[in-house]
Amino acid sequence: MTVTFRALLGVPLVLALAGTASAETTITVATVNNGDMIRMQRLMPDFYAKHPDIKVNWVTLEENVLRQRVTTDIASKGGQYDVLTIGNYEVPIWAKQNWLMPLDNLGADYDQADLLPQVAEGLTVDGKLYAVPFYAESSMLMYRTDLLEKAGLKMPENPDWAFITEAAAKMTDKKDGVYGICLRGKAGWGENMAFITSMNNSMGGRWFDMQWKPQFDSPEWKKTLETYLELMTKYGPPGASSNGFNENLALFQTGKCGMWIDATVAASFISDPKESKVADKVGFAPAPVRKGGENHGNWLWSWNLAIPATTSKADAAKTFVAWATSPAYTELVAQKDGIANVPPGTRTSLYKNPEYLKVAPFAKMTLTAIQSANTQHPSDQDVPYTGGQFVAIPEFQAIGTAVGQQFSAALAGRASAAQALGAAQAVTTREMQRAGYPK
Amino acid sequence: MAREATKGRKAVLTVVAWGIGLLIFFPILWTVITSFKTEAEAIASPPAFVDFHWTLENYTTVNQRSDYLLHFWNSVVISIGSTLAGLVIAVPAAWSMAFVPGRRTKDLLMWMLSTKMLPAVGVLVPIYLLARDTGLLDSRIGLVIVLTMVNLPIIVWMLYTYFKEIPGEILEAARMDGATLSSEILYVLTPMAVPGIASTLLLNVILAWNESFWTLNLTAANAAPLTAFIASYSSPEGLFYAKLSAASTMAIAPIMILGWFSQKQLVRGLTFGAVK
Repeated sequence: MTVTFRALLGVPLVLALAGTASAETTITVATVNNGDMIRMQRLMPDFYAKHPDIKVNWVTLEENVLRQRVTTDIASKGGQYDVLTIGNYEVPIWAKQNWLMPLDNLGADYDQADLLPQVAEGLTVDGKLYAVPFYAESSMLMYRTDLLEKAGLKMPENPDWAFITEAAAKMTDKKDGVYGICLRGKAGWGENMAFITSMNNSMGGRWFDMQWKPQFDSPEWKKTLETYLELMTKYGPPGASSNGFNENLALFQTGKCGMWIDATVAASFISDPKESKVADKVGFAPAPVRKGGENHGNWLWSWNLAIPATTSKADAAKTFVAWATSPAYTELVAQKDGIANVPPGTRTSLYKNPEYLKVAPFAKMTLTAIQSANTQHPSDQDVPYTGGQFVAIPEFQAIGTAVGQQFSAALAGRASAAQALGAAQAVTTREMQRAGYPK
Repeated sequence: MAREATKGRKAVLTVVAWGIGLLIFFPILWTVITSFKTEAEAIASPPAFVDFHWTLENYTTVNQRSDYLLHFWNSVVISIGSTLAGLVIAVPAAWSMAFVPGRRTKDLLMWMLSTKMLPAVGVLVPIYLLARDTGLLDSRIGLVIVLTMVNLPIIVWMLYTYFKEIPGEILEAARMDGATLSSEILYVLTPMAVPGIASTLLLNVILAWNESFWTLNLTAANAAPLTAFIASYSSPEGLFYAKLSAASTMAIAPIMILGWFSQKQLVRGLTFGAVK
């Protein structure tokens, strides 16, 4: 008995001590779970062949878990990671805190000038690049060509919201389980608020005036929310207040949506015959504008690689970052998996490649959407912030989610548009005062 | 007549019990079924129950992409390590509370339980800083320590209730025979409380296995257990339901098998002394 008992006591210690690190330079890369990043992990043999002295440990996490995880680490200078995958929302905020290393001199063959200027601009602070884009997206309108034709309509070059409403009404056939339009309804700053903020930009609205006063009492917001609620309650799928990107993707792929306005990356999923039942019946158009307007919402998101200032392995980390975002990596993907699988939205040269344009029917529209996104002036009115489908201030995650909950409740029928806007105005005013704005 | 009524009641109870059991088990069953579908079938509506093309493709992909054994081993070390460490602290603690209670023992027990009421994220930053400064970030030892602390109140409470059932006179008799404190606990109390200790152990292994806040937040590449393995398959942009289901099935399979084989002990331990 004693022997067994003592032996048992020893188990956790021995187990815990087992296993230590190796000798070469090992860098830890934190990343998100998306197709492009998974592909990169598969292509690592190419990197190891070129750099045998560097070993890469991957930490792949779901986006929201990753965000919480790397934010905790970088804010407390924990130093767990040598390369971070972060969004263009984080880059300017973190760069201003001096949490990131500037990324110049990535080598002669890196061709920094080839990066799409709209994307690079969002990653630059005081003229210095603090992260390099791996993949970028904007938003656009995806629609079913067969249903639109059946409705007797033709997609204009620049659809406006009135056309969307008309088309949604005519495409809806609830008996057959076809809904004219699917939009995000799930509450969250990166969920429904990404779409609604972008829609409000296109309506000429803004989050804050130049004195950082919230604008939910403005006519633009009223119009935005009322149009959104009308579209979704009359022509949207049931239970839309819990739909995010994935839920809408599943609905669209199974033929239940007439139109869907969301991230451009969706285009490749819905045109993939292996996953999508409607792959041969999809069309693409720019995100809607208001009548006579030119603002498409300025949605721009990029996943970027950055190096935290705390790393002690900066050289190895830089080598990796340069490899992963270089023109040579583009060629590697094209050669191994086909050019349609090259991570989109980061390099001008990709969109000049006739082979790519041939295999990716959505490429032109993706490029147009990214190029039309102006993150420096997201609204037609003057604003004190940059951004697009978000406002690039640290407080936006909390405020955006709180407002998103109000709008999601309105969509679920628990509040009217006016009540939701009033609550949004109150919560935003309070949080901004607490955060010390105007600064 | 009476016999028939009993039979009828028995049948009803059986049906109700099976119904509740199936209801509780259904999400897990659905996960397992989904793990054998393709991504397109996983989102099909109406969903297929058995009538689809069964495939092992997701399991192949998951095994190619991640190091299951590393995560599995980390889970084993962390859950068993933290439970054993917790028992070592909790057995003496529960002994003293059950057999030599003081005026404040009840308050002490409540206070211990109250630490479970604080949401974990509330102490994330201090614990993270402590782990950083002691070099315990992304280490199994660090996680064993944190999970020991997290589950300690439950272990103490469970053991305390089991120990309360054991007559103090037996321990007294041992003392009369000249047993020291440690041999009293080791040779007299522990053997009598084995069912209780066993179920405490099992329950806490399960709790530690499923713990996903600290195991995600304090690890990176080396000490990440199966919770991180699952988290790497979920994604807000892109459908990976089938792969996620395959990863989840692989993550819960070991603990489900353990639970299956030890269910007698679990039930016996959980109801030990419930009716007296």
